[in-house]
Amino acid sequence: MIPAAFAYHRPKSISEAVALLSDLGEDARPLAGGHSLIPMMKLRLAKPSDLVDLGAIAELKGVREDGADIVIGATTTQREVIASELIAAKAPILKEAAMVIADPQVRSLGTIGGNVANGDPGNDMPAVMMCLGATYLLAGKGGERRVAARDFYHGAYFTALEPGEILASIRIPVPPPGHGYAYEKLKRKVGDYATAAAAVVLTMAGGRAASCSIGLTNVGETALWAEEAARILVGSSLDAATLRRAVAAAEAITSPASDTRGPAQYRTKMAGVMLRRALERARSLAH
Amino acid sequence: MPSPILKKMHVSMTVNGKAVEGLVEPRTLLIHFLREGLGLTGPHIGCETTHCGACTVDLDGKSVKSCTVFAVQADGASIVTIEGVAAPDGTLHALQEGFREMHGLQCGFCTPGMITRAWRLLQENPNPSEDDIRTGISGNLCRCTGYQNIVKAIQYAAAKISGAQFKEAAE
Ligand SMILES: Cc1cc2nc3c(=O)[nH]c(=O)nc-3n(C[C@H](O)[C@H](O)[C@H](O)COP(=O)(O)OP(=O)(O)OC[C@H]3O[C@@H](n4cnc5c(N)ncnc54)[C@H](O)[C@@H]3O)c2cc1C
Ligand code: FES
Ligand code: FES
Repeated sequence: MIPAAFAYHRPKSISEAVALLSDLGEDARPLAGGHSLIPMMKLRLAKPSDLVDLGAIAELKGVREDGADIVIGATTTQREVIASELIAAKAPILKEAAMVIADPQVRSLGTIGGNVANGDPGNDMPAVMMCLGATYLLAGKGGERRVAARDFYHGAYFTALEPGEILASIRIPVPPPGHGYAYEKLKRKVGDYATAAAAVVLTMAGGRAASCSIGLTNVGETALWAEEAARILVGSSLDAATLRRAVAAAEAITSPASDTRGPAQYRTKMAGVMLRRALERARSLAH
Repeated sequence: MPSPILKKMHVSMTVNGKAVEGLVEPRTLLIHFLREGLGLTGPHIGCETTHCGACTVDLDGKSVKSCTVFAVQADGASIVTIEGVAAPDGTLHALQEGFREMHGLQCGFCTPGMITRAWRLLQENPNPSEDDIRTGISGNLCRCTGYQNIVKAIQYAAAKISGAQFKEAAE
């Protein structure tokens, strides 16, 4: 399994990288951790003419706090996300989701930026980013622009990224202190993509949900933001009848494929089960 | 315009403490550079699809699957393979001794990857629980042992390194 030949570039800055990408044309691709791209290249499902390795660009790395937000550089690895004390303290759902991605070796190199920019509906981080209301900072030759995670995904492997652009960082508004959270993922084994998964962040006040946001993984062409389901829950005590209605609303927006992970109807139901578990756990963590 | 494909690029890295260099095509995978370029045939090619972990090596202090890294990405890096785990005089590392004593291998194909991964795991977490070990080696597949004795081998090594006596849990 040898990839097709390509030319390799290792720029030192974002401006150098985007200049290279736009000069080299549409068959050039950024390379981050390589743990989605290299497997595709081995299968010759991807045959880029040029790889622009983002690995030596210091300004793309690291996790920092900026006012009420957490900013994560695109080439921060899943391993670094798991090790970040800032993330564990302020947005622990990111750590929880990173820990169910693949295995330790894959997480050593796989990056959070590659995970969200890839556009594969099986990736776990996009639904978490939709749930958290994250914004992506995209850099191109003409400058920078911001796109909300909730508007970024247009179809499988089809995102708001224009040729020549890279994702530079992810900006996440820190959820309120005392929020409850959970990422529930059903998978057949370690290293498997989700049969279905649900991300929940909620706050409770006086026994009722004061706010709620829900993302779903791998049950559609893209990750899904289940806006209606969350709306149904806000103001309720998450009683059985309301939970049933919310789960039904979430199931209604899914359109999974029937594949080796199961028939479509099963995966839709599993999205509902994951959502119910995530809501129950998030509620128990909220205070 | 895509750039013309350069035939070979120069890479240099430290492998098992020794400075090495070579000329590689950009598409050369690190596992091929190690095995064919440097003759280090300890790391194995099992699946080639990033699943089995037989190709695991240590790259700048992290366990990675060397079938999913281009050698050019490792330019300047420090790498440890199974060949670098024993002491220079040939004394086995506690993990290697543990695999022997606890019967942590049968066919042995997965063993270099298992030991290289466990070598890093015990530095990340010198006193792992059984659960920590099982999740720590979850990127390494073994078709023979059923993992039980691999876990015991790693527990043996953790105990030996910390100076404790390894006690096998009652079955
Ligand atoms: C065995 C195995 C199991 C896995 N299991 C899971 C799983 O359970 N859940 C999961 O979410 N993922 C899983 N993955 C995928 C893994 O998390 C990848 O690391 C991730 O999808 C891509 O990140 P990367 O840094 O490796 O990106 P790369 O592979 O380098 O890039 C992926 C794509 O994104 C583009 N890209 C990368 N970075 C940028 C950027 N900054 N700007 C613009 N474009 C960019 C690349 O051009 C490429 O098209 C698995 C992978 C393997 C090999
Ligand atoms: S050969 Fe690299 S993971 Fe199997
Ligand atoms: S001992 Fe045979 S694969 Fe592990």
